[in-house]
Parts: sequence; C-alpha cells; structure tokens
Amino acid sequence: MPAVSMTVNGKPATADVEPRTLLVQFLRENLRLTGTHVGCDTSQCGACVVHVDGKAVKSCTMLAIQAEGANVTTIEGLANGSQLHPMQEAFREHHGLQCGFCTPGMIMTAVDMVNRKGNELDDHTIREELEGNICRCTGYHNIVKAIAAGARSMGTGGARKAAE
Amino acid sequence: MSATGIGAPVRRKEDYRFITGKGQYTDDLTRPGQTYITFVRSPHAHARIRRIDASAAKGMPGVVAVLTGADLAADKVGSLICGWAITSKDGSPMKMAPHPAIANTKANHVGDPVAVVVAETQAQAKDAAEKVVVDYEVLPAVVDPAKAQAKSAPQIHEVAPGNTIYEWHLGDQKAVEAAFKGAKHVTRLDIVNNRLVPNAMEPRAAIAEYDAGNDSLTLWNTTQNPHVARLVISAFVGIAPEHKLRVIAPDVGGGFGSKIFIYPEEVVCLWAARKVNRPVKWVSERTEAFVADAHGRDHVTHAEMAFDGEGKILALRAKTIANLGAYMSTFSSSVPTYLYATLLSGQYEIPQIYCEVDAVYTNTVPVDAYRGAGRPEATFVVERLVEVGAREMQIDPADLRRRNFVKKFPHQTPVIMAYDAGDYNASLKKAMELADVKGFAKRKRESARAGKLRGLGYSTYIEACGIAPSQAVGSLGAGVGLWESAEVRVNPTGSVEVLTGCHQHGQGHETTFAQVVSDRLGIPIENVSVVHGDTDKVQFGMGTYGSRSGAVGISAIVKALDKVEAKAKKVASHLLEAAEADIVFENGQFKVAGTDKVAAFGDVALNAYIAHKFSGQELEPGLKEGSFYDPTNFTFPAGCHICEVEVDTETGQVEVVAWTAVDDFGKVINPMIVEGQVHGGIAQGVGQALLENTTYDTDGQLVTGSYMDYTMPRADNLPSFRVETTETLAPSNPLGIKGCGEAGAIASPAAVINAITDALGTEEIAMPATPAAVWAALQKVNQSRKAAE
Repeated sequence: MPAVSMTVNGKPATADVEPRTLLVQFLRENLRLTGTHVGCDTSQCGACVVHVDGKAVKSCTMLAIQAEGANVTTIEGLANGSQLHPMQEAFREHHGLQCGFCTPGMIMTAVDMVNRKGNELDDHTIREELEGNICRCTGYHNIVKAIAAGARSMGTGGARKAAE
Repeated sequence: MSATGIGAPVRRKEDYRFITGKGQYTDDLTRPGQTYITFVRSPHAHARIRRIDASAAKGMPGVVAVLTGADLAADKVGSLICGWAITSKDGSPMKMAPHPAIANTKANHVGDPVAVVVAETQAQAKDAAEKVVVDYEVLPAVVDPAKAQAKSAPQIHEVAPGNTIYEWHLGDQKAVEAAFKGAKHVTRLDIVNNRLVPNAMEPRAAIAEYDAGNDSLTLWNTTQNPHVARLVISAFVGIAPEHKLRVIAPDVGGGFGSKIFIYPEEVVCLWAARKVNRPVKWVSERTEAFVADAHGRDHVTHAEMAFDGEGKILALRAKTIANLGAYMSTFSSSVPTYLYATLLSGQYEIPQIYCEVDAVYTNTVPVDAYRGAGRPEATFVVERLVEVGAREMQIDPADLRRRNFVKKFPHQTPVIMAYDAGDYNASLKKAMELADVKGFAKRKRESARAGKLRGLGYSTYIEACGIAPSQAVGSLGAGVGLWESAEVRVNPTGSVEVLTGCHQHGQGHETTFAQVVSDRLGIPIENVSVVHGDTDKVQFGMGTYGSRSGAVGISAIVKALDKVEAKAKKVASHLLEAAEADIVFENGQFKVAGTDKVAAFGDVALNAYIAHKFSGQELEPGLKEGSFYDPTNFTFPAGCHICEVEVDTETGQVEVVAWTAVDDFGKVINPMIVEGQVHGGIAQGVGQALLENTTYDTDGQLVTGSYMDYTMPRADNLPSFRVETTETLAPSNPLGIKGCGEAGAIASPAAVINAITDALGTEEIAMPATPAAVWAALQKVNQSRKAAE
C-alpha cells in the first residue's frame, strides 16, 4: 500500500492507504476526523467539502494520494481553539442548521466563497454559489442569511480568515 | 418572557457540536473489532431466486461470512410488519404479505436484499458482494398503481389477489351522491401526487454488537423512534427479547419520516452480529438509499367537489389508488387512509364527504410516511378543487375560501376529525396583506412587459397533528398507543435532566424542551440537559414524527414538571417550616405566602436529596418525576400560504418569486426554530411541485436513482420566505401547542400549482411542473387559443 503524507489542520498526517482510498475516507477513518460527511456518491451534496491548499474541494471526489503534500483544512480545524470562526458563529446565530449533517460542508463552502468573492455577498450570489451543497432541512433561507452575515463578519476583522 | 423562556428565539444548545464537526452520527462511531456488511440487492423488479452461489465470494480476501435469505429463514427470523390494521369496506382485513429481511424465494423490487457479505473492511465487503452469483428467473413487473389491479398485471404476493391490499372507504356515499345531484356546479380533477424520495442528508446506517457474556444486543441506528424499533424487532421479528436489546439513536441527520420505519438492514445487522460474534456496521450509499429507503406519496386520484349557486361547498368525493410498493412498510397502511381522508374537509364546512382508497402492491420500493404523510395529498386535492372551482365559477379564490371557512368551534367534520380551535380568516387576511395581493395586478403587468407570465396561488391548509390520542387511534387500527413519556430528574445541585421519548434529528428539542423547563423552574437554561434516543436511558417513548414532539412530548414534560413542583413544595415546607398549603413557587423560588421566608430552587433540590429536614417515612427523599401524557384530541395547525411565480414563456422555467406563510401553530416555544421548520417544509413542497419525481420504467427499473437524476431543491431554486404566525391555542394540551414540523410541506405544493395554473391559464399541469412540462402546457394553451380565433 502506498504511503501518503499531508498536513491536516496544521498537523502532519501520514498513513499507508489502498490506492483507491478517497480523501474523505482518509480523513474520517485514518484520522478519525468525522466532521466531514458523506451524503451522496455522485459529488453533488457537498457534505464532504474541505479545503485543500486553500480551495474548497469535495473530498469524496479526490483520492487521498492526490492530496500528497497538500495542506488540508477540515471543519475541525476552522475554529481557533475555543474561539469559533465567524462563519461558524454566523450559522449558529442565524439558525443556519437543523440536523447538522450538511453543515460542515456548508460552512467550508461558505468560507471558500468569501475567500473568492469578498465580504459583501448578495443573496443571489450566495444561492448560485451553493449549487454544489444540498440541505434538506432548512430550505436554505437561514443558510443564505448566515453566509451573508458571516462574510461581513470575516471582513470586519471580527476574526481571522480560515486557518490556512 | 425571559431571554430563554417560552417564546424566546433562543440560539440552539446543540449547534456547537454540529458547527465544529463534533456531532456523533452513526457512521462516526466505530466499535472494537467491527466488521462491515454489504447488501447484495436484486437488479430486477420481480424475479424468482433460483439459486445463489456464494462460493467465489466466500473465497475473497477479508470475507467473514456470506448469508442469504435461506440462512435467515433457517434461523426463524420473523417477518417485518406493518403496524396499522386497515379493514376493507367488505369487512376483510388488509392483505399483509410476508416481508423477510432478506428475500428467500422471490425479489419483489429493484433493491430487494437477496444476500449479504460480512467482511473485515467496507471495501472488501463490496468487492466480495460483486462475486455473489444469483440465478434469477425474471418475471413481468408492474409499477403503475393505476395498472396494478388489472387482471393482466403480474401477481406479486399470493395473499393479495389483484395486488389489492385493501379497498377502504370513509364517509356517507349515499348522502354525497344526493348532494351532488343538487349541485349547481361540479368541479372535477384527476390528480397524480408524485412519488418522492425523502432524502434526509444523512444516509441510513446501523451498527449491531453482540455481548455474548450477557446474551444481549446493542443497535446504534439512524432511527426517529428507537423504542418502537426495539419493540418491533423484539416482539415481531424476534431477534432478541426487549430487555436484551438496546437501541441507541445518536445524532441523526434528518428523517422526514423515512427513519421511522423498521427496515431489513438493521434486522440483518443484528442477526449477523450474533452469527459472526463481532460488531457489524452498515452505512447506506446514496444510490442504495434510493432503492432501500421508503418512498413517499404516489397517489392517483379522481376528485369532485359540488357547489351550490352561491359557491358554498355541498360535498366532496374522491377515489384514490395508493401505491404501497412491494411490501407494507411499518405505518404505510395508515397514510392513505386515516392520515389522508380524514383531512379532506380542509378548512371548510363541507356537509358530506366520501372517499374510497384502494391500496396496491407494485414492484417498487415500499411507500410510507414522508413529511406530512397523507395530509399533503389531502390538502392538494382540496386546495386544487377549491381553486379550480373558483376559477370555473369566476369567483375570487380568496372570497370562495372565505365563504366556506369553518368559523365556529368545535366543528365536527364528516370525516372523523373534530376541529377544536382556529381562525382561518385571520391567517388568510394577514397573508394577503403581507403578500400584497392588492398589488398583484400591477406586478403581473410588469412581468408581462418583460415577456413573462405571473401567477398567484393560495393554499389554506389544515393538518391533524399531536399524534395522537391512543384510544382514538386504537379504534382506527393502530397497533400502538401514541402517548409520550417524560422524566424530569432534578439533581442535588439543582441542575436538571429531562428524559424524553421523542427523538430529535434536526428539530432542536435540546433547546426548546430546555426552554420549557427553564421557564417553569426558573433555572438557567444551561442547567438543563435533554436526554433522548437511548432505550437504556429513557424507559419508553413513541419517537418523533407527525409534528408530535411539541404537542405531545412537551405536554408530557409539563405534566412531569407539575409533579416535580408538587413534590418540591413538600420539601420546601419542611425546609421553611411552614404548612405545605402556604408554599408558593415563583421565579424559581419557594416562598411562604405572606412572609419573607424564601428557599431557592437549588436549596430545595439539595434538601430533597440530603433529607435532613424530614424523615423518609413522611416524605420520600429525591426529586425525580415522570409522566405518560396521552392527548385527548389531535391538534389542528392551519394557515395560509401564498406563492407567486413568474413563468418564462420561452423556456417554461418557473421561478418562485415570493412566498408568504402565515401559520397558526398555537403556542410557539421558540419562534426561530419554528420559522426554520416552516422554511424546510416549504422547500420540500416546492421540490415536489417543481423538481422532484421518482420515475420507474415499465420494467421496474428506477430511472431516478441518484442526485444525478433526482432533482433535489438547491438554494437557487428557492426564494427567501416571509413567515409569520397567528395564534389560537390548542385547547387539548397544557401549553396550547399545535405543532409545526410538517405544515410547510403540506401547504406548499398546492400553492405552487395554483400559482402556475393561474399564470398559464390552464389547469392541466402535473407535478413536478418541470420546464418541459410547463412549456408543453403553454403550447397547448396557445394552440387552443389559435384554434378559437
């Protein structure tokens, strides 16, 4: 089995994996970082979104060995110790989650959205950008509100940017 | 109102673990020595199993066992059951066919399990499953419920000739016929209520572990009702006695009904765990979920409404064929009967109603309750009939509704339900104001200038929630009582654990239930924990579905709190050296009336446990009380949803441009959470109306078997919603709660279709109103206009 090494949430991670091991399986099973979820088999639901070298990636659609040497951030690595990331805070404040299953992927996508699109996001932009994330509980209404608020909060230095 | 009490938009206590990735869903759990199970599923909709050759699979790396339906039968594992008995109009019982957890002789739908592989890793189990050779004799299949009863249709189960499960009816047929004879106008509709896949984002999962030392089993499972699962698996399937089976439902990622039912997979995991004497884990893939999770809806209905010359409704009649799929799922029989026909009176005074329902088997995935369960189907029938009737009689649709609203309560409908409280005009009026119905004509002209059609649709819905008075549902065939239990444990330090038989999978019970306790006992909400989802912790409970957790679950907590307060007053009387009758409890303090003697709640709690101020003979130490609350009536949430759409005439694309919801849920504990429930319900209803459809080909192959083909609502398919409430209290429970979980899904499909048909000028549009369907309908309208010219 080939070895794979990467940095996950700031810590080095190395393991021997079957070549077919997906990045999400490596994170969940080898590293026990179970905050990243699998909600579909077809790369549509986005519950598995993590950041690879600063970009949002569906970790169910990337082999672990493709992330060799990469810097990976998962939902577990987003907060700064006990201080929540402003996007996490915004999801709680605006009731942007119900069952919580899609939430890690939503938050990781939202942070990436802000990194790419800036801190002033209108509803239309947020809704279009969420094409790759499915939520069955919220009807998206409060997710959109949370992302807009979280984006603003990230801009006002209410906290730092994502961990990477 | 305190900042955390009843009525406050308290931010959710459970959110921290979910936003930091620390939730514990079933798939996040790992047991020492765990194996993985993969199901070999029938690729055919209907096929006799001639032979299964597992020899190659057994030789694959890491394989622990390959098990088949024959093994299951040899171990005398019982059949899965449907727990609600429906009687046909001729008096005969429903025809419940055996449902083995692994098909032994015949597969009856694509996805029916025919064998399982247990292996050291998930990948090894999947690899080996590919090597199981099943020799099938493929049989003809039937998938269309309207064709299932035909003489030429293939017979699926011996016990059900003509694939008919029951032919049921409700209401006075003769009186309805007489009313129709006297009608000035009759509106007729043929309706298909499309088949949906619930699609909770967390796929189902199970881990079963056998403790050989105690001969007991533990099941971690994605279930909405762990106690019901334990009861069915023990008493009917016979896997283990109830006291030797523990069911734990940890964090569960959405359910919407689909995780109520007791499925083959958890039964097989338990059976296999004992057989291989190691923990067995199963996690569904999404494509697997499409053929293994119960689907929803799938009704074919002809309905008629009779009006007098003033637009008053005289009668309604409906004939529905309900597709229950290949087997009768746990509560499937109740959905198209007592959860459907009993709501056909809507918000209206309808003197006579008659409904016939034929439930049929087909070679499709079993169909059972999905968010709303029968009530969305009823609302769609009633609200389409009223809307179309108004258009045909050229009466304003809001006005026609007003003329027929029930205005006096209690109101006995002709279909069992007795509405106890409501103000339907209030919600309609408020919704019309918020939606600016007066300004619609202007907006329509503006849309027209942009080359678009604009439409407005109402849905004034009602539902029966607070499920349910046990005696009432027992008389209608339910195999269980539908009360709820609660236990309030006050600790010596004054913090509180509330044990509930409800289960949360997104509803926020850990917050709302704690609000009720905090409000009542005057203690900080941080000092209250809600415990649920474990049969070893909570003695019994009926789980969460049917918008019941507020009306029934919280009512049980309130009853237990009454007892806690009564006991605490006794303790306080000893502590304060006063007569019990003089003790009053206010703002978290026990006081002696007319004095300044006070004991804080925490002091009383401590004294209840140290018991230094009273002898154990005159008062038992401790402060822990429980309650089993059985409702006296259903509750009747109701309201008005108004949908506004714009239709692109070139593409047929429908955009929902505005949504207004005004709902009467009775007492609201947490308005933030209630609004969230409404948002989610609307999204599922809009999904049904515009996007979602479960399509089988004539051979019974599921064509929409993944998110590539089944259109889930995305953020850009939906608008922001304007959601408000009105309030009439439910008289049947202590806080006046009605329930809010399903309203959005019940109200919204009719509102969308009423808006689209308003825009198009034709009633001939079925769900889902995809761009292709809308475009085709528009071409028909244009052709008939041209022909008329």
